Amino acid sequence: MNVHLVLFLAFGAVCVAGAVNLLAQRHPINGALSLIAVMAALAGEYLLLGAEFVAAVQVIVYAGAIMVLFVFTIMLLNAGVEERTNGSRVAILFGIPGILLGSILVGWVVLRHSGTEAVAAGAMPGDPKIIGQLLFHEFLLPFEITSVLILIAIMGAVVLASKPATSPAGKVE
Amino acid sequence: MVPLSYYLVLSGFLFACGVAGFLIKRNIIAIFMSIELMLNGVNLSFVAFAAHWHVLAGQVFVFFVMVVAAAEAAVGLAIIIAVYRTRETLNIDQVNLLKL
Repeated sequence: MNVHLVLFLAFGAVCVAGAVNLLAQRHPINGALSLIAVMAALAGEYLLLGAEFVAAVQVIVYAGAIMVLFVFTIMLLNAGVEERTNGSRVAILFGIPGILLGSILVGWVVLRHSGTEAVAAGAMPGDPKIIGQLLFHEFLLPFEITSVLILIAIMGAVVLASKPATSPAGKVE
Repeated sequence: MVPLSYYLVLSGFLFACGVAGFLIKRNIIAIFMSIELMLNGVNLSFVAFAAHWHVLAGQVFVFFVMVVAAAEAAVGLAIIIAVYRTRETLNIDQVNLLKL
C-alpha cells in the first residue's frame, strides 16, 4: 500500500461519491455541486498520472468556466426540485440485475486481463511546453478547426438565447 | 503504483453513472450534467492510456474534448433557456411536441 495507491483510492472515492450523489440528488444545484466535486477529484487523478497541465485546465475550464455556466443557468431559470415519473416495472425488474451483472463482468475482465503493469507516478512529462509544441505542430489543423467550432458555438448561443421578439431587424416599434 | 485497470474501472464507472443519469433524470439541466459526467469519464481513460503507453497525444485529445464540451455547454444551455422561455418548464416529460 504505497502513497500513490492511497491517493488514487482517495480521489477515486470522491469521484464515485460525487457521481452517485449526482444521480441521487433531486435538486439540480446539488447535482451541479457534486459534479464540481467529481471534476476536482479528477484533476487530482490527472496529477497522479503526471498530466499537470491537463489537471490545471480541468480545474480552470471544467470546474471553473463550464460549471459556472451551469450554476448560472440553474439560478437564472430558478430550477426547482424535479418531479419523478414512475418508470416501467420491466425496466426495474430486468435493468438493475442486468446492470449489476454487466458491471461485475466488465470489471472482472478488465481487472483480470490487464495484468499488473502499473502506471508510474509522473511517468511522462505533461508540462505546458511539450503539450504546446505537440498542439501547435502535429495537431495544428484540429486546433484551428476547434477555434472555428468555438466561434460557431458563440454565435449559436447568442442567437438562441436572445429574445425572439426583437429579431426582425430594422422594424420600428 | 496503480495498475491501468483501476483507472479504466473508475472511468467506466463514471461513464455508467452518466448514462444512468441521462436515462433516469427528468430535469433537462440534470440530463445535461450527466453528459458532462460521461465526457469526464472518457477524459480519464484518455489520460490513463496516455500515461500507460507514453504517448502524449492522449493528453492533447483531452483538450479537444474539453473544447467540444465547452461549446456544447454554451449551445445546450442557450437551447435550454429558449425551451424554458417557450414551454415554461424544465421537465423533459412536458417537452413532447415531437412525440406522436
